[in-house]
Amino acid sequence: MTNVVEIEELGVSFATDAGAVKAVDGVSLTVAEGEVLAIVGESGSGKTVTAKTILGLLPETATASGAVLLTSRDNQSTTDVIAVSKQRLREVRGRDVAMVFQEPSTALNPVYPVGWQIAEGLRAHGSYSRSEARERAIEVMRLVGIPEPEVRVKYYPHQFSGGQKQRIVIAMALVLNPGLIVADEPTTALDVTVQAEILDLLRRCRDEFGAAIVLITHNMGVVADLADRVAVMYQGKVIEQADSRTLFSAPREEYTKRLLAAVPHVGQGRAITRERADTRAEGWSGQAPVVEAKGLRIQYPGRLGRPGFVAVDDVSFQILPGEVLGLVGESGSGKTTTGRAIAGLTRVTGGSLRVLGHEMNGIREREFRKSRKDIGFVFQDPASSFNPLLTIAECVAEPLIVHGRARDPQAARARVDELLEAVQLPRAYGERFPHELSGGQRQRASLARALALDPQLLIADEPTSALDVSVQARVLELFAELQRELGFAALFISHDLAVVDLLADRIGVLYQGRLVEEGTGEAVLESPKDRYTQRLLASLPVPDPAVQAQRRQRLHELRAPLA
Amino acid sequence: MPTVSVSRKRPLLSRIPVVHQVRQSVGLQRGMLLAGLAITGIFLIAAFFAPAIAPYGFSQLHDASGSFGAQQPPSPAHIWGTTVGGYDVFSRVVWGSQTALGVIVVSVVLSIFAGIFLGLVSGYFGGWLDRVLVVVCDAVYAFPSLLLAIVMSIVISGGQSKLWGGILAAAISITVVFIPQYFRVIRAEAVRIKAEAYVESARVVGAGNGRIMFRHVLRNATRTLPLIFTLNSSEAILTLAGLGFLGFGIEPTAASEWGYDLNKALSDVTSGIWWTALYPGLAIVLVVLGVTLVGESLNDLADPRLRGRRAVAKASGDVAETSVVPGGTLAAPGGVGELEGAGLLGDDGIEVRS
Amino acid sequence: MTTTVTGAKAPTGPEPSAPASARRRRRRSSGGLARYIVIRAVLILPTIFILVSLVFFLMRSTGDPITAALGGRLTPDQLAVRIHAAGYDRPLLVQYFEYLGQIFTGNFGTTLSDNQPVTEILTHYGSATLELAFYSLIVAFIVGIPLGMVAAYFRDRGRDAALRVFAILCYATPVFFAGLLLKLIFSIWLDVLPVAGRASTGSELQMELLPHKTGIYLIDAFQTGSMAVVGDVLQHAVLPAVALGLLTAGVFLRLVRTNVIGTLSTDYVDAARSRGVGEFRLVRKHAYRPALIPIITVIGLQIALLLGGAVLTETTFEWKGLGFELAHYLQARDFVAVQGMVALLAVIVAVTNFVVDIIAALIDPRVRY
Repeated sequence: MTNVVEIEELGVSFATDAGAVKAVDGVSLTVAEGEVLAIVGESGSGKTVTAKTILGLLPETATASGAVLLTSRDNQSTTDVIAVSKQRLREVRGRDVAMVFQEPSTALNPVYPVGWQIAEGLRAHGSYSRSEARERAIEVMRLVGIPEPEVRVKYYPHQFSGGQKQRIVIAMALVLNPGLIVADEPTTALDVTVQAEILDLLRRCRDEFGAAIVLITHNMGVVADLADRVAVMYQGKVIEQADSRTLFSAPREEYTKRLLAAVPHVGQGRAITRERADTRAEGWSGQAPVVEAKGLRIQYPGRLGRPGFVAVDDVSFQILPGEVLGLVGESGSGKTTTGRAIAGLTRVTGGSLRVLGHEMNGIREREFRKSRKDIGFVFQDPASSFNPLLTIAECVAEPLIVHGRARDPQAARARVDELLEAVQLPRAYGERFPHELSGGQRQRASLARALALDPQLLIADEPTSALDVSVQARVLELFAELQRELGFAALFISHDLAVVDLLADRIGVLYQGRLVEEGTGEAVLESPKDRYTQRLLASLPVPDPAVQAQRRQRLHELRAPLA
Repeated sequence: MPTVSVSRKRPLLSRIPVVHQVRQSVGLQRGMLLAGLAITGIFLIAAFFAPAIAPYGFSQLHDASGSFGAQQPPSPAHIWGTTVGGYDVFSRVVWGSQTALGVIVVSVVLSIFAGIFLGLVSGYFGGWLDRVLVVVCDAVYAFPSLLLAIVMSIVISGGQSKLWGGILAAAISITVVFIPQYFRVIRAEAVRIKAEAYVESARVVGAGNGRIMFRHVLRNATRTLPLIFTLNSSEAILTLAGLGFLGFGIEPTAASEWGYDLNKALSDVTSGIWWTALYPGLAIVLVVLGVTLVGESLNDLADPRLRGRRAVAKASGDVAETSVVPGGTLAAPGGVGELEGAGLLGDDGIEVRS
Repeated sequence: MTTTVTGAKAPTGPEPSAPASARRRRRRSSGGLARYIVIRAVLILPTIFILVSLVFFLMRSTGDPITAALGGRLTPDQLAVRIHAAGYDRPLLVQYFEYLGQIFTGNFGTTLSDNQPVTEILTHYGSATLELAFYSLIVAFIVGIPLGMVAAYFRDRGRDAALRVFAILCYATPVFFAGLLLKLIFSIWLDVLPVAGRASTGSELQMELLPHKTGIYLIDAFQTGSMAVVGDVLQHAVLPAVALGLLTAGVFLRLVRTNVIGTLSTDYVDAARSRGVGEFRLVRKHAYRPALIPIITVIGLQIALLLGGAVLTETTFEWKGLGFELAHYLQARDFVAVQGMVALLAVIVAVTNFVVDIIAALIDPRVRY
């Protein structure tokens, strides 16, 4: 069997404001015909750069050394992508190697019909008549599972859903039947149920069209689902290569082991939850809840007299003191809106929502302001949750100053140091500006700020979704520790069932604005009653190839349209 | 006494706005920025030292050796010749820079304060006030600025350019034209920043509107101002010249103004007299060119997509020395938590999107 | 590749996927183009209302137009008689509502100096300004847009830097100075093009005799059937069109360059590149077309620049259009005429902006469907 691509001693450097940065350092990899090679690593590992180099798509600020040898499907020609002329590179792209992008909504040109864009790849590599190209576009759209391709070939990208757009991106990659497809985080931007469908489609690209795939991902579950062989990258180097089963069952390198250990999986949190339930005092469940929603409805105002969008519809739940409720749902499920309503950031438009004794439906900011000291909030995006012009210490001191506990940042400094220590950040970090901290450090500082006034309730909106898996594990651990010590009630919002399972006493599942299931972690995750929960659970890939193969089977059985 | 212990890592010198950008720039971008700075520098020098540079006063018609004479071609006594009114062209061009600078400063300062205040309040609070202000400012913005300036100058000076109130009149006319521009920019920024997580975080904390507006929104919203400042300065010069050309400028006895001189040169050109038009015109072009070059370069440097970077040597061993995580740990001993130093690399935007 | 789709692979049920932002976008566009046009059309009215009111109150805040025009020349008694006759001694608000009512019926007032209805000036001189704007837009499009794409293609290299400096020069040169220079070079020194005016006297006489005059000289020239007249008209148009066109071309060049560079760094351009699409086609098709939408919106705002520039260009070249007339009335201190013409221009600006916005919407498929 021949290799579709051979990467030899690849090195890539970038010119940045801080001088030259080496992103890829002496990487050698091969991909055989019809093989799926997964390159895994965390941000900064150089995996995306390696992938883009295969297509010669590096930006002008980059310089590459070494060789990337691409062999065409018919074994007729081999090209060194790094050394080749622009003209030759253009011929190779699309014919020998194609790419699937991370974000399908930005990978399609919004002002051209999708059929036109698919056909364009064809016309760039030979002469096709308009109708031939169109026929071929329809054919390939049908192959990737777009219903009614004859009609939809004329549609514009915005007329498709996210998952369908990714199918079309894959169709574009398949149209010239290349021997290799480079898929750069092809499912990261998608919801987990859609992810499973796209992974099935990629598997078909290999099985039915014989394309080899280089799969770039940070998600070990996705690797376990699709990959034949895995290369682990760390700081620009490949530190371990093995076939998929070996890597997951017997990782060789310390880093790989830690990476695998950091991946949360469903079932981990059960013991902790049970332990916590056992230690609760009698009469605990009879206390007045911190948050209580009854028939909660939130509708965003429409534009110019049109009906608004109903984000949350008839949702009821409660959070008792010291209890952690996990809210799970995909994008558009209303989970973030619910969290924001509890924090008084979004107006409640119907039903009842009581927070710390206040009825939020129709409340005025002035009445609520005093109670704000009892609510902490951790935002999703660590990059934007701090004022870039203030130091970390000044940011953390903000709640203390606003609520009159300290006159100015200096006076609050002692408490700030204490808080930074509690979230395991060195005191000296208080002097730094937000951009000088990494994402995980910033998220810890964010936690410190949220806890500054010893709140009774903490709302965490996807606090770890922007973080690498190893960093996520650390932040989650810290969260659990602090919750145990300080005993605050919490609403933990996430799209990841495994993450929620790790922390929550009870789990609520939201689907299109409705709470479809709610109960203890055990009940929801082990014997889910709602069809959507079942499908969500089955769609979540686990980092174990053997188990994942079985789960896939189960998922296919569940794939009937949702009621 | 507690000292404010804010340690900033960048050296003092590079914190001065333009110096930092000059250092940051490379190649052609640096060339354009430096050229712009040089031209702007010459303009400023001419404006400040006009009395020393100009051989004659701006309204001087004769010296010890008698009257200058009208429309004299360039000669040693009048290196750029004299105008139809008998003034020395070179002196008027030099003195004109003073007028231009005065108008720029007054108009930009006035419009910055009014525009920022309105934009901030409108963008932050929203509601009906915002809607009304937006419609008004959009209407004014869409209207030819020169015509509006004409109307304003009629209002202020009754269309007659009196003594140096003329400068003030011109400046205020231009101010009215600019307020909507600052308003739009600051409002857009305020609306954007209002949705940022750190403002929401301040709201969750319970901070009042005043505190949020000034501590969080305003300081972050004014970052683009140097850029608008330069772009508007050039527009101020062009509007001033346009007003002067249409006869709404400043009388030659009050101050020297390039647009007025060009107006008077209109008929000269038909008879082939080029020096009365060429030099004041070139002065306008050069100053606008210089200021715009600075503004555009600052704009490019502020936008990572447009900023050029030094080319890197072909990836080789020595590059690796400077390569890896700035300030982070290379190997990952100890807990998994140590690994997150790698997250810093992502901040350079390499891994995420290159 | 003859595989057929098996049952399990067909999409199952509605995908609960589309990111919230995408969903919201789709909802917004579902109302369709007709609704957008109606809303946008309704928005013209407040714009016109604001501008007209602004101009009225500004112009009247210094006093009545008769004193302004004839101030030193008549005795106070004579002035008072004139003011009373014209009704300028009534309360300002009464005059304001009367003025609004007049504008509503299309009456923009009558000039003080030569007693002409302002709308008459429009029908008389509007065509000349329209013609000039048309010529200069052609120059601006031909020069600005291709050069903008070339600059984006060669970004940060020598050719790009040269083009950018050229663009700034276009913008930095006041139109009247550009006009003077062009005149000096082509009309005086080289003597190949006429100095000023829209046509020579002979041609104007011929066109004057036509039964169906349009006022647009190019069309009228063709009507005369004489190629000499057409050539004469075109020769007169070259310099003003270039002077005004280059100003706008500089703006277009910068606009196209920045927007194309912006879209060149998007994923879909990379995606097209990964399909083997050539670099020049990337700029021409993939980067330019999406960039066109913001470009067209800004071009709408350039109409204002163009009109402002037309006043100066027409004065420089004695091109007898609206701008030339406006300058004339300014000189005569006839502020009734000025107020009327400025209000009229406000209406023109508002309507052109509306048309441009509709064009932008037509190009954007996200609005169209």
